[in-house]
Amino acid sequence: MIRIGFVIVVIAVLAAAVGPMLTPYDPAAQELARRLEGPSASHPFGLDELGRDILSRLLSGARISLMVGLAVVSVSSILGMLLGSIAGYFGGVVDDAISRIVDVLMAFPGILLAIALVAVLGPSLTNVVLALSVIGWVGYARLVRSQSLRAREFEFVQAARALGAGAPRIVLRHVLPTAFPAVVVQATLGMAGAIIAEASLSFLGLGVQPPTPSWGTMLDAGRSHLFDAPHLTIFPGLAIALLVLGFNFLGDGLRDRVDPKLAR
Amino acid sequence: MARYLVRRLVLTLPVLLGVATLVFALIHLVPGDPAQSMLGEGASEEEVVQLRHRLGLERPLLEQYRTFLTGLIRGDLGTSFRYGTPVTREIRDRLLRTMQLAVAAMAVAILIAVPLGIAAAVFRGTFIDHAAMTFALAGISMPNFWLGPLLAILFAVYLGWLPVAGTGTVWHLVLPAVTLGAALAAILARMTRASLLEELRELYVVAARARGLSRLRAVVRHAFRNSLIPVVTIIGLQFGAVLTGTIITETIFAWPGVGRLLIQAITFRDYPLVQGCILFISLTYVGMNLLTDLTYGFLDPRIRYD
Repeated sequence: MIRIGFVIVVIAVLAAAVGPMLTPYDPAAQELARRLEGPSASHPFGLDELGRDILSRLLSGARISLMVGLAVVSVSSILGMLLGSIAGYFGGVVDDAISRIVDVLMAFPGILLAIALVAVLGPSLTNVVLALSVIGWVGYARLVRSQSLRAREFEFVQAARALGAGAPRIVLRHVLPTAFPAVVVQATLGMAGAIIAEASLSFLGLGVQPPTPSWGTMLDAGRSHLFDAPHLTIFPGLAIALLVLGFNFLGDGLRDRVDPKLAR
Repeated sequence: MARYLVRRLVLTLPVLLGVATLVFALIHLVPGDPAQSMLGEGASEEEVVQLRHRLGLERPLLEQYRTFLTGLIRGDLGTSFRYGTPVTREIRDRLLRTMQLAVAAMAVAILIAVPLGIAAAVFRGTFIDHAAMTFALAGISMPNFWLGPLLAILFAVYLGWLPVAGTGTVWHLVLPAVTLGAALAAILARMTRASLLEELRELYVVAARARGLSRLRAVVRHAFRNSLIPVVTIIGLQFGAVLTGTIITETIFAWPGVGRLLIQAITFRDYPLVQGCILFISLTYVGMNLLTDLTYGFLDPRIRYD
């Protein structure tokens, strides 16, 4: 599974990186006379409601999806690791304060809080990344906190403390590295979550705004043409599902390697 | 049990207060003037001042917060800007539809997941197991905003068996419920398999097998019931995900529930209604989690003494 996931992710990254340069069509170029035309030799995935090449738009949209995923995972994991390790290592009031914030944010189901934040801040790519990061760091913080609670009792951490190492050095050099494998797994699965969340927000009209090609907005546009042009719905959805499946396979495989007990 | 109940309730109170505070803060995160944003650029100065007064935005922040909390305790979530009616009434009018959809989705998920999870565990390592788990992973990876339209294309457009959107008959519920329940089915199938495999390693199952019981019979008669506890917990905890899922599913199938109301409220920048819907969904979620915890404590007495 891990290999299949890896192959899917590599193909997606390559498609996003060089794909837009290889296709002969501009993702924004319109051929209104041929709007909603189905797949053909010249346009393998067909044309959309404005006569734009769907394949070219999918390749450009891949960049958006991967960029949002990467940005959300980077911001969330750095913030989560920092706050989680501080809470776990120092304990006491600091831990209580961070844990209560985590509890409150976890009381919002799924992407509800992100929907709320984008609703009030206004729909844009930056606000999507901001909103998804606000809810995303919590998972990393909980994970790293529990690892830090264990790690601070390890002998090598106590030895570093006895040798006079300061708290920041102990946290960064000794405590955090023990949580890295679990964080990498979480980040891989987090990519899948962020890609779906971005597409969901764009589908609801709260994410990337037209004419920028995003898989979610493309699916939203396809909703009005279920009867006459189902290809508008089929291809963007397939792209999202495959990429998310790739990251899920990769994350699941990595988790099994990091914690073989889970592979049973 | 009473002590456990009180302890859990007390632990939930700060979370409820935190959720309410965050939802209250939402309207103050609106860039610029929320009243101006709701009315649009064309509104006159007088209209903006009137709306600010209606929303109480000109009062000190602490006073607004106190009014918000006391209103919340009395079940008053303010007045919808678009409809001019109490937010609670708008939510109440659509609540039944959302609950119908959520319960139907959970029923669909359980009906698909439990047999799938059992089959995967009983035939562990075989083609059936791999097929079931690949199906489950595909279910998790398939976003409901794609699955919904795909099901609509197949069953409503091509086959013409089911209505594509709206309400009225029980058939209108089928496509939204399957769309919403698919991801939960995938999670539950994986959980059922894992939990059952855990039980199958227990000595009482080994003993039952040693007495000559077939693997299938040992599963059905002994292991399955004990493996249900974590599965029931997941069902309870996933209710929140189902509630959030209704936002997209109701939008796809024009299902007149709270999720669709939220999206319409966002489109019209009806912030009091947005606040009300977010608060309602979150509080229901917290309540369901609390209920799940209490049920878990009831089912497994060891939890109460931790």
